[in-house]
Amino acid sequence: MQVFLSTKNKNISISGPRTVKQLLRELDIVPDTVLVIRNKELLLESDKLEDSDEIEIRNVISGG
Amino acid sequence: MKRCGRCGAKPIIELRRHNVAFCKDCFVHYFRQQVARAIHDEKMFTPDERILVAISGGKDSLALWEVLVALGYQTAGLHIELNTDPAYSANSSAKSRAFAEKHQLPLIVANLREQYGLDVGDVIANSRRMPCSGCGIIKRHVFMDVARREGFPVLATGHNLDDEAARLFGNVLHWQVEYLAKSAPHLSDEDDKFIRKVKPLYRLTEKETATYAFVQGMDYIMEECPQSENATSLLYKDILNRLESAAPGSKQQFYLGFLRHLERFKDGMQHFEMRACERCGHPTPTPVCAFCRLKEEIQRASQPKTRSPKGLRELPVAG
Repeated sequence: MQVFLSTKNKNISISGPRTVKQLLRELDIVPDTVLVIRNKELLLESDKLEDSDEIEIRNVISGG
Repeated sequence: MKRCGRCGAKPIIELRRHNVAFCKDCFVHYFRQQVARAIHDEKMFTPDERILVAISGGKDSLALWEVLVALGYQTAGLHIELNTDPAYSANSSAKSRAFAEKHQLPLIVANLREQYGLDVGDVIANSRRMPCSGCGIIKRHVFMDVARREGFPVLATGHNLDDEAARLFGNVLHWQVEYLAKSAPHLSDEDDKFIRKVKPLYRLTEKETATYAFVQGMDYIMEECPQSENATSLLYKDILNRLESAAPGSKQQFYLGFLRHLERFKDGMQHFEMRACERCGHPTPTPVCAFCRLKEEIQRASQPKTRSPKGLRELPVAG
């Protein structure tokens, strides 16, 4: 699957099906700090991801 | 498979601290209800009062403005052209103006350079302060200045639960007891007892405001302010969100629990006699207010410098 990381403004490729929760854990991303989006729809941690998916992980935390 | 806890539809968000999931429509209902509850519980304002909403073009301020309008309050937005970074500031202004135009809402735009004689770019270039600190002084001054001049009794900002918990965490970490009582979501401004500063999103997390902005199709600025990259608030938020993942409800318990004990911390507050600033006339506990002191520091630093005859020290040019 193709994953766009908004914080780093880059795309990464990951193979193999997994849940959103597993993906975030692998990337060391805390679930409360991001929205996970597929086809303009928000995903839950329990949602399953497939190889053909295009995912956006959008940062929600701002500082200052 | 999880279902919306209110209607049974497919959920778009799970709120582990409430042990519930919501579909889009029920989440919008929940979000607005939490804002209404915050306004009611903290006696922030009434439907008869005009509210000035601080607008940055980010998700929190735009979500707040949209909800206040949806709840039937009289509002106007205030956007400050800060010039923290040219591209970021331009984008921030564009998003703020576009939102106001789309919803046909009144937006006051304050241009720092033209109206106040300095901007955040000057702080970065000519002050020893951290950019976020100088930016905060400038914003607080302009918020209150506009509210006072335009006759708004209330200033609302988009600070959320993550913002407030992180701020409280920082104050507790450094035992800044005198600041604890000022961590409330409803404050009579220390400069002016007649203008209240309120934070109606304090019951909602940053992820919830982002989710609200997303499902409502808001076009908000997603880039982070370039000056806040190393802000300690980001570190505190990260720590609290890691704690929240392991123990859902911790952030809310930390901040809302503090609010239940707020009265105890008011004893630690220092009370100052207020007077008019010798430069600008705004109420301040010191002869010259923080904004004017910052402005003077920048003016001094930006003066051309010359070397002394022995070349040992740099001295500002007289006059």
